[in-house]
Amino acid sequence: MNSTPVNRNVMAKKSVYGAAPETTPEAAHTLSILVDNTPGVLAKIVGLFSGRGYNIESLTVAETDHDQNLSRITIIAKGTQRIIDQIISQLDKQVPVHNVIDLTILGPHVARELALIKVSGQGEKRVEAMRTAEIFRAKVVDTTIDSLTFEATGTPEKIDALVEMMQPLGLSQISRTGIAALPRGNDKI
Amino acid sequence: MKDMKAVVEKAEKDTISEADLMTGADIMIKALKEQGVDTIFGYPGGAVLPLYDALFQQNDIKHILVRHEQAALHAAEGYARSTGKVGVALVTSGPGATNAVTGLTDAMMDSIPVVCICGQVPSFLIGTDAFQEADTTGITRHCTKHNYLVKDVSRLAEMTHRAFHIARTGRPGPVVIDLPKDVQFASGTYTTAQDVEYRSYRPHLEADDHAIAKLVEILAQAKKPVFYTGGGIINAGDRASELLTKFISDTNIPITSTLMGLGAFPANKSQWLGMLGMHGTYEANLAMHDCDVLVCIGARFDDRVTGNVSGFSPNSFKIHIDVDPSSINKNIEVDLGIVADATSALEKISAAWTKQKAKLNDPAMQLWWQQIDKWRQVNCLEYTNSDSVIKPQYALERLQAHLGARDDVYITTEVGQHQMWAAQFIPFNRPNRWMTSGGLGTMGYGLPAAIGAQIAHPDALVIDIAGEASIQMNIQELSTAAQYRLPVKVFILNNQWMGMVRQWQELLHGERYSQSYSEALPDFVKLADAYGGLGIVVDHPDQLDDAITQMIESDKFTILDVRVDPKENCFPMIPSGKNHNEMILSADAKQFDKKLV
Repeated sequence: MNSTPVNRNVMAKKSVYGAAPETTPEAAHTLSILVDNTPGVLAKIVGLFSGRGYNIESLTVAETDHDQNLSRITIIAKGTQRIIDQIISQLDKQVPVHNVIDLTILGPHVARELALIKVSGQGEKRVEAMRTAEIFRAKVVDTTIDSLTFEATGTPEKIDALVEMMQPLGLSQISRTGIAALPRGNDKI
Repeated sequence: MKDMKAVVEKAEKDTISEADLMTGADIMIKALKEQGVDTIFGYPGGAVLPLYDALFQQNDIKHILVRHEQAALHAAEGYARSTGKVGVALVTSGPGATNAVTGLTDAMMDSIPVVCICGQVPSFLIGTDAFQEADTTGITRHCTKHNYLVKDVSRLAEMTHRAFHIARTGRPGPVVIDLPKDVQFASGTYTTAQDVEYRSYRPHLEADDHAIAKLVEILAQAKKPVFYTGGGIINAGDRASELLTKFISDTNIPITSTLMGLGAFPANKSQWLGMLGMHGTYEANLAMHDCDVLVCIGARFDDRVTGNVSGFSPNSFKIHIDVDPSSINKNIEVDLGIVADATSALEKISAAWTKQKAKLNDPAMQLWWQQIDKWRQVNCLEYTNSDSVIKPQYALERLQAHLGARDDVYITTEVGQHQMWAAQFIPFNRPNRWMTSGGLGTMGYGLPAAIGAQIAHPDALVIDIAGEASIQMNIQELSTAAQYRLPVKVFILNNQWMGMVRQWQELLHGERYSQSYSEALPDFVKLADAYGGLGIVVDHPDQLDDAITQMIESDKFTILDVRVDPKENCFPMIPSGKNHNEMILSADAKQFDKKLV
């Protein structure tokens, strides 16, 4: 056998395999994906993101056309323009995927999220919570002696703002749906 | 889905008489026959017994019994790659399916059309951790182009037709059909391939005319053009190779290819620069680095090809034609991307070139070829031969000398140094003659792939160029070769090391040879004998020619154990993350700083 003297270099090792490419600015994009509502579709889409190291910030999915058996998946993904382009073409080539559009690039679109926000407390804080909710047009959907649950709909920013306002008023639980989005006007996808 | 529903409804509407009903197993066999399948590579087990029973009672489809499910997939790949047809594998549930995963991933990475039928536990047991249950669709979701779990026997035929269509069209790849045992027993109706509609899956094949016109316009202005082609040409079929060969011959544009694309353009033509990439030729890599127009067809700018992406072909206008839109701009940003099948693209390029009366600038091309000839004179594949020790390159040169101009030779390889030497030293003049694991780099690929190729071409000479480490990863397939009397040849370049690992450790890890020595090797002559084949060993250059003749003439499977120089390295080499013009040649190796780590 080869008896090479071992040369242990204790200093920090410089990679001889080259460095990772430099990063360029990232932005969040809203993608709307029309898919066949068949078993495993969501796993395929989500797994594609984790397998290729892409980030999902929000994900919403439900059947939207029962007759045609179609679901719409709305994803907010964050990445450089090249990554977003990659995500779109990777999604588009999946067999059950009918269509992918980048609503952020497409231009004007409406995006809404629903949130259930529970606030615990009594007395003045309870009144203040109701007043705040009114400003945000959130409805009370459940109440007990020491808690209130609000239903709020709006852009993610609006929900964020409401959550922040409720924080000092005894905010105890939040459930958010992630966004649903459609392009404006008569465009169909 | 509407189309699926329509199919089911139509089936229900038609009066179903007893005579129309078939078992799931019979439906599967009928669908395979309709798809033109004549050979299946497989291994039986509890969850596929009904299918094996149906196979037993027919004579149209031949079943090749392998010794490990991974080998079934590689054999199906070898069959597919050497014929252009879809390869078919049949495995049982649980361990059968998990063993198939490496082969599926290999087919995925190299875009090889394969359909793998997996048995599954009965549907009422799915999810109960039943005996030999694995979540096959879950496990294979990301290493297949698509997969199906069949729950309704009346949709089995339709899903099988879909699987074949998806596997062979667009960018080809593996498709899994997961078939529960109760569905194989159940009675249902058959659907023909004609009745299946595709709603969401429609690969884009036609090249855009405007983009092709632009390509021709830019290419005609080039002073230093180069073509870089890949496995996509071979997948597109013989016509693509013919069109490429004619266009390159007519225009005299230099051409290089990836490992997967070897043979798509004949290596005996003057325009051929050899393979590019990490172990590609000096002329191919420098032409890539210095060119002004780069036309890539059916290749994917893999990291083994590009080296450092920021220093990759820095001054060229890059054109990329690929049938898979996600390959374009994935690793390298290109200036013109065209989504198309290689045949369509090449047809349109040739037509547009004539129509636009395009012509390259002769003086510029002359200068470009002069430059390339200077690079060729470096003679980058040169090695120092020896009178006493067999150099692996010399062994391959002698093998090639014996193959001569034979047209019926199919070469497979394992993975490592021998694979790169084979790519460098064996010229391929036709597509579908070279089978190697490019993307995944699967050791153990070569022997089963050779078996698949030999089954498809019984009279051809099929040689697995192997290393002594790789061959042991699927050595059990010698038994398959023995059973079917397949005269496959295993040409082992035995250097007693995992050669490529050793080479990297020598050059990049301070000569610390961690775990790369092939200790306790078997006696390959006795091993071949034990399996019922012929074994030959040579350790001196003078013995090589006789041994190769004996190997080629042998009508049994044959192992030729060539004891080669254990210290030989594979050059040229672009160290990982370096530019194409930072290649190490064999002459530079002595000066190479091994203390980089």
